[in-house]
Amino acid sequence: MLGLDVGGTHTDVVVIHGKEVARKAKILTNQDNLLESVLCGMLEATAGIEPRLIQRVVVSTTLATNAIVEGRLEPVGMVVASGPGVNPASFAIDDHFYPVRGAIDHRGREIAPLRDEEIRDVGRILKAAGIRHVALVGKFSTRNPGHELRMRDLLADGFDTVAMGHQVSGQLNFPRRIATAYLNAAVAPISRRFYEAVQRSMERQGFRVPLEILKADGGTMAQQRSLQYAVETILSGPAASVMGTVAFADPAKEEVVLDIGGTTTDIAILVNGVPLLERVGISIGGYRTLVRALRSHSIGVGGDSWVRVESGALKVGPERKGRAVAYGGPEPTPTDALIALGAETSGHRQRAVDGIQRLGFQLGKGVRDTAEMIVSKTGSLILGGIEHLVREVNSQPVYTIHQLLEGKRVDPRDLILIGAPAKELASRLGAASGWQVRVAPDHEVANAIGAAVARTTCEVTVVADTALGYVSAPEEGYRAAIDRNATEEEIVKLALTLLWNKALRLGADEDDLTMEILEAQQFNMVKGFHRVGRSIRVRAQVKPGLIKTYREIAA
Amino acid sequence: MKAARKTGLVFFPAFDWAISETHPEREERLLYTQDQVFEEGILDIDGLVELKPGLATARDVERVHFCVPDPETVTTKSHLVAAGGCIAVADAVLGGKLDCGFALVRPPGHHAMRVVHGARGFCNINIEAIMVEYLRHAYGVDRVAIVDTDCHHGDGTQDIYWHEPDTLFISLHQDGRTLYPGSGFVSEMGGPNALGATVNIPLPPGTSEEGFLTVMDRVVLPILEEFKPELIINSAGQDNHYSDPITQMNFCAQGYARLTEKLQPHIAVLEGGYSIEGALPYVNVGLMLALAGLDYSWVREPDYDPERIRQDAEVGRFIALTCDHLLELRETCEVARRTSLAGPEFVRRNRTIFYDTAGVVENQREMVRVCRDCAGTVSIDSHADTGYHILAIRIPRKACAACVETGWRWFDQADPREYNCIGMQDGQSDLYQVKRE
Repeated sequence: MLGLDVGGTHTDVVVIHGKEVARKAKILTNQDNLLESVLCGMLEATAGIEPRLIQRVVVSTTLATNAIVEGRLEPVGMVVASGPGVNPASFAIDDHFYPVRGAIDHRGREIAPLRDEEIRDVGRILKAAGIRHVALVGKFSTRNPGHELRMRDLLADGFDTVAMGHQVSGQLNFPRRIATAYLNAAVAPISRRFYEAVQRSMERQGFRVPLEILKADGGTMAQQRSLQYAVETILSGPAASVMGTVAFADPAKEEVVLDIGGTTTDIAILVNGVPLLERVGISIGGYRTLVRALRSHSIGVGGDSWVRVESGALKVGPERKGRAVAYGGPEPTPTDALIALGAETSGHRQRAVDGIQRLGFQLGKGVRDTAEMIVSKTGSLILGGIEHLVREVNSQPVYTIHQLLEGKRVDPRDLILIGAPAKELASRLGAASGWQVRVAPDHEVANAIGAAVARTTCEVTVVADTALGYVSAPEEGYRAAIDRNATEEEIVKLALTLLWNKALRLGADEDDLTMEILEAQQFNMVKGFHRVGRSIRVRAQVKPGLIKTYREIAA
Repeated sequence: MKAARKTGLVFFPAFDWAISETHPEREERLLYTQDQVFEEGILDIDGLVELKPGLATARDVERVHFCVPDPETVTTKSHLVAAGGCIAVADAVLGGKLDCGFALVRPPGHHAMRVVHGARGFCNINIEAIMVEYLRHAYGVDRVAIVDTDCHHGDGTQDIYWHEPDTLFISLHQDGRTLYPGSGFVSEMGGPNALGATVNIPLPPGTSEEGFLTVMDRVVLPILEEFKPELIINSAGQDNHYSDPITQMNFCAQGYARLTEKLQPHIAVLEGGYSIEGALPYVNVGLMLALAGLDYSWVREPDYDPERIRQDAEVGRFIALTCDHLLELRETCEVARRTSLAGPEFVRRNRTIFYDTAGVVENQREMVRVCRDCAGTVSIDSHADTGYHILAIRIPRKACAACVETGWRWFDQADPREYNCIGMQDGQSDLYQVKRE
């Protein structure tokens, strides 16, 4: 199994055989040519291995992330049917934003019709402006996608990409649906070109497996699907790292995963070996989205953080001025402190000592004391970040008395470290926190391992309104009539069936589906003191986790 | 989008609590509001913060109420979360983290009076009063105004603050001759020590945006201006809506938002409102946007038709007369106050209180010490048809020495064989004490 993660600085690749990391490679990423980075990484890691022996290839890249963060996106025409509520003008992304008439209410009923002519007019304007991609979004389209589908029918001809809001998520959140559909359309062409190129090169090299792509929720999807859901590949890097520690996690504990990088440290939480997910969706480049993602908290402190003295006080990060002084960088860093203390032996030790000494003069302290101060300050910033994330998870609002009174709180006491200075910081973080700290094996390529062994994940949302007599899962294109007396049990069953089918379409293995119900709620709908039906809402997921073959071997 | 005012929101729909399966106060009540709030992405707006409620404690409840036989019996966890939700918002506002906040909680509380024998008008404990007294205790807040815009007269809040000159209680509601609880007339202006601190504006059925905003401009805002509260609370019931099934008013989401913008409450608390599909989703979104100082001009009900709910000219004239009458009556408060100070030391009133939700009838004999220096100590002899007979004594928060002495003398002299329980609420030393045989 081959896993490859293109990061900002390095591209990491592993080949896993059984439970062993048979090969690992780390090459510098060429940000101007990610394709080259992917292909070189693959070739380097598989040199001497017969390509047909590779059974699985999963890739995680910064392609979509970079495009969004750097604003290298193709223009997208947004056609938005909002109806009453928040002024839709406040959701405009750029000039190609067209609010149109037409409205659906919370139960999926049409309250104002779409005007076909208005949509056609918008289409003409967009075409005249040279726009080739459109995103069509309606408020409450997850309850009834009729307007989005009608818009697609009216506009389908003449645009390269047509993204629809109801396909990106089953969750309610119109502004996020707009942003997500926009990004999906905007990164689609870049993503399509890139992954098709990767797939072609793989075929030329003799790889016989379909390419899989890692998503932000730590699961994989088939490259075919990514054509339609390009946005789901954003921010897969942090997810890759977390997934790379799952095999090493304790299935009976709550653990914090720390990925200590150069500029930042990413913090995630595993509960019984399963990573926690974002409540709604991930944010990227100023866009709040509905993209399912592992929950992580990033803080501006890492091995290369800029260390200086400001008004007599030591400051670490969040800026990075370059590499450590020991490696020829301009300013001292926590890595220099570790080198000066002899905890880390690589690099030019004397330069590190000199750098730390400069700071020591300003503080009136010796090299050793100064280095200790830097390391302990770095540690306390990281522990503060952990505390922040745990507090945030525990203060997540709940909506039932049962959850409020019985709601589970996370209270981790174990730490798994990965990233460059992991080994050197482990004992110090342990001493400062009193927690048990472990360094994950092959931690410097945990991200590539995560990509190699992550299983397919997905989610479905099903809503039944028995008073109106329908059940629907618009994301799946599913809508059917339903009996007034349908129960939560039946809807749960339906959700699991839809989830099963969806997972298989995404490339999951039939006997490797760990499904769970995330939410199941049933409400009596009453009119004039009589029950007229039920509103039933069910959300189910395939949990992020490891593919079965690996799980079994690792166990 | 960024909120002009930092606004906190406790959203607690209590999806697992109901009075009974088909009761208006049931699990489904805030379901569609949740759908709308989530779909509008309100909780993502910068400067809008969702807060998690805690549970109010028995101590918080007993700072306000005499619960018969005790707080555990007359409350469920849902009531304590509703009050706790108000406290969570209040803590964030008074702690300086937020400019204002909205406790979108259920069940409501404004029909719960000082003595609680059970549920009245879907209310068991008065969540606004519990919050206000908590704030006075925790932050030393003194002057508070509570503006009740629920369609039903906030008779519980009125009862709790009837004798307290530092709490201005203003209620706008559908005329008591046409709706539960049947009280809240212009002439109800507060006890002898707090005349004018209670303001009632009964409105005729069919009052629409025009009428509500007239009352705001002519009565509510000037009286607030004069009272100079440190804190404005809005009991934000939403049952004045034209689609509400249990009232007869013609108010709308735009109107509620405009009213909120005029009032600029520090803390809004959801009270009633039972048009759970046609009104609540839109009114709540409008209210949140208005509180946060954001554009609410696009918020309207799907079936909104200003012509259909236009206010009758006759209704407008009636409202104008009510305002005139109220403002005239307020002129007489000072004279009335002087007269009562010259009169007997103790003033009594006898009342019968019906608990419609619990089906209990209570008879009260209340006595207040007319006091020049403070809100006056009060005693309530309360007898309910459940068989409970209690004596409740309350010494006000800023009591004078004579009122403190009077309160404790009553407490010490009361014969425990005559009552199931004798309760003392000493607001001055923040103490609650009971004595039983």
